[in-house]
Amino acid sequence: MFTPHTKHDVEVMLKTIGVEKVEDLFSEIPSQFRYPELDLAPRLTEMEALNELENIASANATTKDFISFLGAGAYDHYTPAAVDNLLQRGEFYTAYTPYQPEISQGTLQAIFEFQSLICRLTGMDVANASHYDGATAAAEAVILAYGHFRNKRKKILVSRAVNPEYRETMRTYMQGDESIQFLGDDIETGIAPDLQKFIDQIDHNTALVMVQYPDFFGRIIDYKPLIEKAHEYGALVAVACNPTALALLTPPGDFGADIAFGEGQPLGIPLSFGGPYLGFFALKNELLRKLSGRLVGETTDVEGNLAYVLTLTAREQHIRREKASSNICSNQGLMTLAATIYLSLLGKHGFKQVANLCYQKAHYAADQIAGITGFDLVDETTPFFHEFVIKCDEPVEEVLEHLMHHEILGGYDLGQAYPELKNHLMIAVTEKISRDDIDYLAGVLSEENHG
Amino acid sequence: MADPTIFDLSVAGRTGVTFPEPDVPETSLPQGFLREKLPLPEVSEMEVVRHFTKISQKNYAIDLGFYPLGSCTMKYNPKINEVTSRLPGFAFTHPFQPIETVQGNLYLMYTLQEMLKEIAGFDGVTLQPAAGAQGELVGTLIIHKYHKDHGDTQRTRMLIPDSAHGTNPASSAMLGFDIVPLATDARGNVDLEVLKSLCDERLAGIMLTNPNTLGLFDENVCEVVRIVHEAGGLVYGDGANMNALLGVFRPGDVGIDILHFNLHKTFSTPHGGGGPGSGPVAVKKHLIDYLPDPVIGILEEGDEENAPFYGFIHPKKSIGRVKSFNGHFGMHIRAFTYIFMLGQEGLRDIAEKAVLNANYLQEKLKGTYTLPYDRRCMHEFVLEGFWKDVEGIHALDIAKRLMDYDFHPPTNYFPLIVKEALMIEPTETETKETLDRFVDVMLKIAEEARTNPELLHDAPHNTPIRRADELKAAKDLVLCCYTGDDWPGI
Amino acid sequence: MQVPQDLKYQKTDEWVKIEDGIATVGISDYAQDALSDVVFVEFEVDPDDEVEAGGSLATIESVKAAAEVVFPVSGKIIEVNQALIDKPEILNEQPYGEGWLVKLQIADDASLDELLDAAAYEAFCQER
Repeated sequence: MFTPHTKHDVEVMLKTIGVEKVEDLFSEIPSQFRYPELDLAPRLTEMEALNELENIASANATTKDFISFLGAGAYDHYTPAAVDNLLQRGEFYTAYTPYQPEISQGTLQAIFEFQSLICRLTGMDVANASHYDGATAAAEAVILAYGHFRNKRKKILVSRAVNPEYRETMRTYMQGDESIQFLGDDIETGIAPDLQKFIDQIDHNTALVMVQYPDFFGRIIDYKPLIEKAHEYGALVAVACNPTALALLTPPGDFGADIAFGEGQPLGIPLSFGGPYLGFFALKNELLRKLSGRLVGETTDVEGNLAYVLTLTAREQHIRREKASSNICSNQGLMTLAATIYLSLLGKHGFKQVANLCYQKAHYAADQIAGITGFDLVDETTPFFHEFVIKCDEPVEEVLEHLMHHEILGGYDLGQAYPELKNHLMIAVTEKISRDDIDYLAGVLSEENHG
Repeated sequence: MADPTIFDLSVAGRTGVTFPEPDVPETSLPQGFLREKLPLPEVSEMEVVRHFTKISQKNYAIDLGFYPLGSCTMKYNPKINEVTSRLPGFAFTHPFQPIETVQGNLYLMYTLQEMLKEIAGFDGVTLQPAAGAQGELVGTLIIHKYHKDHGDTQRTRMLIPDSAHGTNPASSAMLGFDIVPLATDARGNVDLEVLKSLCDERLAGIMLTNPNTLGLFDENVCEVVRIVHEAGGLVYGDGANMNALLGVFRPGDVGIDILHFNLHKTFSTPHGGGGPGSGPVAVKKHLIDYLPDPVIGILEEGDEENAPFYGFIHPKKSIGRVKSFNGHFGMHIRAFTYIFMLGQEGLRDIAEKAVLNANYLQEKLKGTYTLPYDRRCMHEFVLEGFWKDVEGIHALDIAKRLMDYDFHPPTNYFPLIVKEALMIEPTETETKETLDRFVDVMLKIAEEARTNPELLHDAPHNTPIRRADELKAAKDLVLCCYTGDDWPGI
Repeated sequence: MQVPQDLKYQKTDEWVKIEDGIATVGISDYAQDALSDVVFVEFEVDPDDEVEAGGSLATIESVKAAAEVVFPVSGKIIEVNQALIDKPEILNEQPYGEGWLVKLQIADDASLDELLDAAAYEAFCQER
């Protein structure tokens, strides 16, 4: 169906090549291995295939069928219609990596605008064209810091309040070097790890200090004292941040962070069961030469016209090969474009509106739930953005099951990733959730307690 | 003519998409944490649409024309993939939903794992890696952990052919392996004598691309695998070139231990201007326990009445997680749709037509361009982009001139072992007419190189921009629209 | 192609000038020409570092390539040419003069014997 060859085409081509049949083209493959039988379902037309895919999809319950309070790193935001509409233009969708700038100005300009938007949002000087996701961006921050100190500083200090999957991914990436130490997140400190104790662990052997903002539990923390101490000892500071929160909150670049990175999925990218998402990564000028990943720069062409090109490519794997600091080749192309269009469509006002709605609704939800017997808001003093933690008298599993029967996806069971947080449920609220939805949740939870 | 940036289009007070007022009683924002300014553009929706529509029109794309890019497999991206991946049943599922509510997703991922195993001849698959390079990293991590578990910490050498893609050595270096380049012999095969001399107790493994980046099937592949295994090493297969092998050959059958796939090459998921990719990795039985955590498995077997119950399985000796959540599910759906529609017959047809197209082009071009390895090629082949008797013409010039004829250039300067390399991969979705037109243009350019070389040196002439000053881009770095507070819109 | 007579060379295109136990190291005219316009020099060492012949001195990046510079001798770093960080083009303009990379105190003389003199290096370059 996708191969256009007619019988005549094949005949003429075979004749030109000088073989009798197509099979002869594979004569170099050892005969005992040639043309194996594959146990696959038989060929189908598009119409039949779509029918089957629709069946498969119908076996799922979605955030359209259920009211969802799930967050923990991926959020159900509204994506305006124009995002996907523009994204699906064949010129963007089916274009290759912009190695030939003369015929890739669309892609290159879009990435340049993405880089600019991320710089503005994070308060940083330079942003790259993206990493795969927040977790791999975290790993790249570790690689950068380690290389920055020429492998002489061995400690990576990470807060337990950084996304658990980021902390796992970083360790996976660095397992080839046993001299590197990850510390700071091992002791089971619950949702309020002692910041001072954490800061006290910074020393001259620390390459990188990593924290999250808002943290994994949704809380907004002042990291200025931490950054001061880190810089006193010459260590770098990387802050994992939520982009929606940055519409309202002081960005990491403004409070002294060296690197700001995170998960860009909230910027117009569908939940899609976890991927593809978008890792954004930005830093101060001083660290520019250590930045991995693609970078688009502005220049001129031979006629003096403004032009965009991939630049500083000598850092990358296709040139440095084994000397490259990272093996990264692709970026998240389409996701980067989606985020650029999303931020352009919402702009200053729309984006602030979304962030404010998330904040307001989450605080209303927290108030409503805290008032129900059997459910306690764990941290009543630290400011939070759009996610908060509730302690339940019953096992979270049971609460969630009860909620599911009422078509509510209740939130994230923290006990899965934090053994000390059994019976703790994390609830996220976005602009898509209405007051009625929250009241309904509260109603069902009250029932749960009496049931 | 350059288009203004989205920042240039900004006018204070303009709004694009807006949202409702809060329907809950308002509470004050956290004092001391609020940013003073949010320097994002203010553009109306139509202006945004016009902006991106206009700049998109400066792009070349598969939907517009031929991309003979060796190593990239720029085949047609079926639109049905865009329908299936957007089915709300898939698109609106959160990765942390209870598994009972996402059995459709898990079934799809499980079945895709099984399909890939079957296609390539392996025993286990992970769908987690985000791209080919990440798949390679998973491969080198597995090799590293495997040897460590066996107490073979002296196995630090990774053999990598000199024709390999840059991500191969880069991925190995991330694990601290000593990379030893492996010579390619005059027929384009791995040099067996050199290989034997490098196989000792220090050998961790070899990263092999077959067919290689010259488009040639290694005539000694079984022997290569045997030699490496005998010395206690593991064989990693770079599956970027699977398009030549679908339904015709299974790398697992000759003993390759680990293989990565590029869904965005072989399995038609879109290139999107640079990503997202997806790089599943397949392994043999002895390495299944090392796969990234988690993989999809059957938790409860089904029967005549009930479907199996799918969930997440945690490999016992896993190298760990390599990214968040479940991998690029949106790409899994597309690859699944593609393989599901094609079946064995369709997959085999792809390999046959891809190899047919490549050999046809090779035959038609080899008289005019030098073909350093004159052998039957697979799905791609490499020519030299220069002539000894024509001064001052390089692969770059030929590439740039092709753009004047509405063709994207082939891959150039890769593989490194061919001087002024032009790597050509037509793929199976191109018609004979397109191939013939490409041949005509390539022959014309060869002639222009002799009679009117300035046309090549000054090319391209008809594209949205002419040749860009890359030196200036690297020296006078401008990496973002406006810097600091000099944007009027702030 | 310039090949000053008073210097020693390596096949990997570094030159060394030795005076009173202090070695100054740089890259040759052949090397800077092959790289073409240098955009960045990344030093792998700091003053006071002890280094071995063959070890990594710096990576030099041009628009299309990145080349590793290795130490022709062993010793202790005295000075690194910081001027190259801001103006990498000096490497192209004056590879033997202002474009020097590092100065070091030589540890042992053994490695000196393996260096090529100007004539040998020039001959080597002709054959490339």
